[in-house]
Amino acid sequence: MTRSSDTDVLVVGAGVVGTALARELGRYDVRVTLVDESDDIGNVTSKANTAILHTGFDANPGTLESRLVRRGHELLSAYAAAAGIPVEPLGALLVAWDDAQLAALDGIEDKARENSYDRARRVEVADLYRREPHLARGALGAVEIPDEAIICPWTVPLAFATEAVHLGVDLRLRHRVTGVEPRGDGTVVTFGNGASIDTGWVINAAGLRSDVIDRAFGHERFSVTPRRGQLLVFDKFARRLVHHILLPVPSAMGKGVLIAPTVFGNVMVGPTAENLTDKDDTASTPEGIAFLLEKGRALMPELLEEEVTAVYAGLRAATEHDDYQIHLDADQRYVCVAGIRSTGLTASLAIAEHVRGLLFESGVDLREVRAAQPPRMPNLGEATPRPYQRAELVASDPAYGRILCHCERVTEGEIRDALSSDVPARSWDGVRRRTRAMNGRCQGFFCAATITAQFGDALGGIVGADVGERA
Amino acid sequence: MTVSHERELDVLVVGAGPAGLSAARRLRESGVDRVEVVDREETPGGIPRHCWHPGYGLRDLHRAMSGPAYARRLVDLAVDSGAEVRSATTVTHWVDDQGTAVGITSPSGLETVRPRALLLASGVRERSRSARLVAGSRPAGVWTTGQLQQAVHLHHEPIGRRAVVVGAELVSYSAVMTLHDARCDVAAMVTTSPRPQTYSVARHGASLRYGVPLYTGTSVVRVIGRHRVEGVEVAGPDGVVRVIECDTVVFTGDWIPDNELARAGGLPVVAASRAPLVDTSLATPRRGVFAAGNLVHPVETADLCSLGGRHAAGSIVQYLGCEQGASPPPSLSTSVSLPLAWVSPGVIRLDRAPVRGAFVLWAASFLPSAYVEVRQGPRSLHRARVRGGLVPGRPVHVGAGWMRLLDPDGGQVTFQALRP
Repeated sequence: MTRSSDTDVLVVGAGVVGTALARELGRYDVRVTLVDESDDIGNVTSKANTAILHTGFDANPGTLESRLVRRGHELLSAYAAAAGIPVEPLGALLVAWDDAQLAALDGIEDKARENSYDRARRVEVADLYRREPHLARGALGAVEIPDEAIICPWTVPLAFATEAVHLGVDLRLRHRVTGVEPRGDGTVVTFGNGASIDTGWVINAAGLRSDVIDRAFGHERFSVTPRRGQLLVFDKFARRLVHHILLPVPSAMGKGVLIAPTVFGNVMVGPTAENLTDKDDTASTPEGIAFLLEKGRALMPELLEEEVTAVYAGLRAATEHDDYQIHLDADQRYVCVAGIRSTGLTASLAIAEHVRGLLFESGVDLREVRAAQPPRMPNLGEATPRPYQRAELVASDPAYGRILCHCERVTEGEIRDALSSDVPARSWDGVRRRTRAMNGRCQGFFCAATITAQFGDALGGIVGADVGERA
Repeated sequence: MTVSHERELDVLVVGAGPAGLSAARRLRESGVDRVEVVDREETPGGIPRHCWHPGYGLRDLHRAMSGPAYARRLVDLAVDSGAEVRSATTVTHWVDDQGTAVGITSPSGLETVRPRALLLASGVRERSRSARLVAGSRPAGVWTTGQLQQAVHLHHEPIGRRAVVVGAELVSYSAVMTLHDARCDVAAMVTTSPRPQTYSVARHGASLRYGVPLYTGTSVVRVIGRHRVEGVEVAGPDGVVRVIECDTVVFTGDWIPDNELARAGGLPVVAASRAPLVDTSLATPRRGVFAAGNLVHPVETADLCSLGGRHAAGSIVQYLGCEQGASPPPSLSTSVSLPLAWVSPGVIRLDRAPVRGAFVLWAASFLPSAYVEVRQGPRSLHRARVRGGLVPGRPVHVGAGWMRLLDPDGGQVTFQALRP
């Protein structure tokens, strides 16, 4: 990679896949630039999902997705432990509610084995209710997947991006791709802000807009159909009701919804699955909310006695294909990493590893010159002590004893850190995803005015009227 | 978790709003030595800190003040009485399954505090847009009154140009005034209620002074706008759906007690109000733990919260005096039937009248020219006309003179609302 250019590899899209790719390639003797159209990393599909670290037990056997999810589970489990990313290995239970679903449980165990997952096991009804006493009556049986876990969806891409920046990756936000033009043995990519970057390779990790970029390179391989998933997040008081990830059994009657705790101590119900055309439509709908309430009530009636803390919707980047769309075009020095659907969080590190392998096979000279060093991330999870619970930390810096967001117990020190970290928050949404501030049950009634007044200057004078509910 | 230190107190009060501050002062005046009020906010005083409208202090301090002046006065009175008032201090957890010991985090460190009695006075909040299950996008420009008042009155921030106020309770009109102060027009007030819920003075004031139309029987279907609110879609009583253009939407009222610590301590809550269950002395079933203010009756005016704090202080003094006394006093449970939603206190201790000698009833729906009847089994103990009828969001006070008629063995006391 000796030609004169701005960078050797341009990764387009700083979601969980793009940041994982940047982190992976950052270890080698190539200049890597990571761009995103948003003002933050992980700000589109990666921020609104079901936050589950999958085993891949229910993937389509034999697919690349199956293999990479399985490998990704292994890689991300280890990475999360090293980086302090909250993970709770709760295990999942697929609960059958009718004869058809009960009959389908055998198939689920078979499919798990085909996906090289051999720890799926049957749970009898009495055992099921012993383990999930608040489950609605009428369950007929279940299959347990002991290695399914919940994970913090926001810290994962933030850790990847932070490590990438430490490895020398050039992170550029607010760069929306408007054109690609072949030049010499590389590409000049132009952006909506007037900038352009002359790069050797382009890696397309643009999620919902990956089909647009793929077409700009002259391909007609897939179209991205945004699939909206609406979710209800119940109050932390509901957390005591749920002990596992409760997954639906897919059946001819359609796909059900899951109930899962979150690492923040809430309980989530969802998602819906609606194919849309608008790639920006993350609004919830009255119908979606009613559907989720009905499902939640049917699965766990007591859940509905608690308040809902948040309602949100995310878009999954689905295509017409049943597998990931990962293609390397050596002539164009272009890699497409698309169609990652809903498994990108789990598979991210494996996808990055796989793409690095493809680049290596195609003759790109990748010499490892820097060692991977997972950053130590601020803890957002409830399973390990948070700053306000750590006497030694508060003693060393009183800002960690000054709780500003009361529902989520977020301290002044954490918000300050989020604004001055290596991949700092540049918006209130960014603050929320880095700290949980303002995400709690009061949704800002108590704290938002104080927090925005205190830290608005650090965000360039952004005030309370600019606080979205998005996170 | 390591704890930096541990200390003992006579009474720890959680929450430095009107109830907590007034309780602390009364405790000190009654000769209780070590009284400490902790508040998680930077400044003590509670919600009145950011309520600029007048009318505070009428029934407790016998004068009319603005919210901030009232809050400062209550803080001064508590401090002058010798109570310790600490802000930026959060009670994070209970140390044990029973008793009054709690853990605290503040900038000066982590502590375990072991008070002889604990008063919960953590107040209320408004239900958020999400908790009301209002669909749509999640843009900037969505507020509750609490956040709005703080932004406008404490931080002097701009809000927007044109707002929709959701709700028609007393606080909703306070939101209209705050928006007016922030030079933000109010396009409309909308309420699912078939009629306005507040006193006509406030209502006519808002419509005359600010020209704000009120749409009753109208619900917010969704919030519209990608980055900033662009409008709200509302459905009227005739089912017609339309969009009101605005850049700001304020969800007001629909109060819920901030009951996290109460629930974490295993205290039972009243299903309809989510308030911790207390008896007429404001004691909870957890020994040594009391609760007062809007935490137990969402929501009353600040002066009544203050009087509730004093009432709790009296009960705590009595409790501290006979702490060793084992047998709980005779008491009776209560129930309400629709259209009443809840009664506070929910347990009647026969030897103790409620705050101001009255029970607070809350209506779930309208009932013009209603009577309230109190019964114990087949016996009618009391029957009184409700002036103005039952209105959701407007508390009804029922005098407790009939308590002397109660039969300690007569079972549950029921409150019901009747047409004449």
